[in-house]
Amino acid sequence: MITAGIDMGARSIRVLILKDGEVLARGESTAGFDTAESAELAFNEALEKAGITKDQLDKIVATGAGRESAPQATDTVTDVGAAARGAHEVAPQARTIIDIGAEEGRAIKTNGNGKVMDFAVNEKCAAGAGSFTEAMSRALEVELEEFGALSLESTESIPMNAQCAVFAESEVVSLLHAKTPKQDIARAVHDAIADRIVSMVRRVGIEPEIALIGAVSRNPGFVDALKRGLERDVIIPDDAEFVGALGAALVATDE
Amino acid sequence: MKANYGYMDGSGEYYITIDTDHCNNCSHHGCITGCPKGMFQVITDDYDDEVAEIKEEFRKKIKYDCADCKPTTDRPPLPCQAACTPGAITHSW
Repeated sequence: MITAGIDMGARSIRVLILKDGEVLARGESTAGFDTAESAELAFNEALEKAGITKDQLDKIVATGAGRESAPQATDTVTDVGAAARGAHEVAPQARTIIDIGAEEGRAIKTNGNGKVMDFAVNEKCAAGAGSFTEAMSRALEVELEEFGALSLESTESIPMNAQCAVFAESEVVSLLHAKTPKQDIARAVHDAIADRIVSMVRRVGIEPEIALIGAVSRNPGFVDALKRGLERDVIIPDDAEFVGALGAALVATDE
Repeated sequence: MKANYGYMDGSGEYYITIDTDHCNNCSHHGCITGCPKGMFQVITDDYDDEVAEIKEEFRKKIKYDCADCKPTTDRPPLPCQAACTPGAITHSW
């Protein structure tokens, strides 16, 4: 059986094709103004890498914020359901899943079978999602890819008092004017995001092990801050940003 | 499943929690008519259970939409909680 999962995220669209439970190929594109066109790009990339045509797919399931606008999908699953199913596949020992994307953070508690028991989504606050690091790296004039590593060089922990991404940017500028080292500011930014995420995770209850998925898991500065906030280690699966798409493809297989 | 809909911002945490295990045997669906703003809907979730959820359009502003039911003094019982006979709904603030 060949299935595909499409994760229609706010910033990126990711496609994963499964054949009898094995990953055949992945595709990725940036979510542009025309999300259907962006989905087509990622979908075609995955098909090309897999060496198959769309007709050979038995089922296509979409997830993510824009799941209803994936033209290829025959069915949908919620972000929470897909994240839980995908995480159970790649980190079956995990009972708490933290999924952080560009615009949203989610905390999910699952049972031993990957079924969602409790969940919380931060629907609104950008200060608890990936776009916050983008905005702050711009304010610091540091490449986003270097921003996480920069914070690991920090020698002093400074609090970031602003609770909002907009005000935080002003605070970053003030810290720069005060000659605060960029490394310390970068750490303060990551600590601020982690604070919000940890608070959300505590709402559903922390149950070990904890898996971190989503593209923000690629940011070493955030991962470090999260581990400190949770006071425990987290599992980061390979290709953690594709776990949502994997979950959708698995849901397609399960059905 | 305890589903937390809402957000946290600089002023606090604003979540409506629906214990969907209580929705399973509910045919009354009082939440739909009980909320003056019509914030609730009943859907079939990923596990084919019929559960209540907060509509997408309300999730980012529940603090403001719920404000009418939460006067500072002489607060009456929340209509959504009063209407939900299985007791599935709680508010974090």
